[in-house]
Amino acid sequence: MTPAKEEINADDVAPGVMEAADHSIRDGIQGYLIGLALAIMLTVASFYIVHTPLIWGPGIPVALVVLAIAQIGVHLVFFLHITTAPDNTNNVLALAFGVLIVALVIGGSLWIMSHLNQNMLPMDQMTRMQR
Amino acid sequence: MSSTTEALPQPHRRDIAPAKLGGRGAPGHGGGGHGYATGHGEGGPASKRVIVGYGFWIFLLSDIVMFSCFFAAHAVLQTATAGGPSGRALFDPSRVAIETGCLLASSFTCGLSAVATEARSRLWTQLCLLVTGLLGFAFLTLEAKEFAGMVAAGNGPQRSAFLSSFFAVVGCHGLHVSAGLLWLGTMMAQIYVKGFRPNIVRRLLCFNLFWHALDIIWVALFTIVYLVGEGR
Repeated sequence: MTPAKEEINADDVAPGVMEAADHSIRDGIQGYLIGLALAIMLTVASFYIVHTPLIWGPGIPVALVVLAIAQIGVHLVFFLHITTAPDNTNNVLALAFGVLIVALVIGGSLWIMSHLNQNMLPMDQMTRMQR
Repeated sequence: MSSTTEALPQPHRRDIAPAKLGGRGAPGHGGGGHGYATGHGEGGPASKRVIVGYGFWIFLLSDIVMFSCFFAAHAVLQTATAGGPSGRALFDPSRVAIETGCLLASSFTCGLSAVATEARSRLWTQLCLLVTGLLGFAFLTLEAKEFAGMVAAGNGPQRSAFLSSFFAVVGCHGLHVSAGLLWLGTMMAQIYVKGFRPNIVRRLLCFNLFWHALDIIWVALFTIVYLVGEGR
């Protein structure tokens, strides 16, 4: 690592000019290590859970989705650095909007299509009617 | 972001309760810029880094929304195998596990490259980016092999609606990774030629966000497509 990290006086810096990082390298690496450890744990749990008799069969997809959402949260916090800091408010709001749209698209599609499936004739009856 | 009305020409009032304003200790998103740009017009406009990160974040979210459409299509069509093979017959869990490991490790080394960039170490940045690229390439190779094997066995995207949606969503992610690899190559060349200019560092920030977002999409992908699909 380069030892000479130039000190920039904050008052000398015009807005828009990069500021030197004021946190140590070790802190940065530590954050990523914690994130990696949590992500590995959740990933291993996901892969383990698929074939385990530990969980009631129909509950497995739910458990998988929960683990995936937890891991996405870990990635957001430790890798993408979404925080509650004031200069992050806009990012969090945009994320909330994105989550809303994703939930509407996926949840809505599944909901509507399952209802359509229920109201549909079985395929063999349908082809019989078309003759 | 913050209002640009009156605070711009004033000297930065750095000492107003700096502990309260937060935003430090975060090397990537938004933090590390002017910690006193609170969005309340106190420190002038937010630093360019914060704004660039915000803009790129919005692009990433729109990309994720696009992916959600592919995911919705796949979730709806998961059982529409038209008499063809289902996920259980097609997927190889150990291959998916290795792919996941590659991508997670590459995400980690990408984060390390960001730390090295903060420390202005060219050597470590380049090394970490190189490892990131190699891991990404290993991921792509595995995925290409999987696709080639499926198509060779007659289970290409034209076999069933389930396989169409499978190739669409996984292939779209693979395309993103390929584009990311190209971008990574150009970033390494830019660091080599131009060094850590402010604009290059901002591009590196965007690349980092892109690569981590790809990993987030892969988390959703291996869960919904591979693991849930395998149980069917």
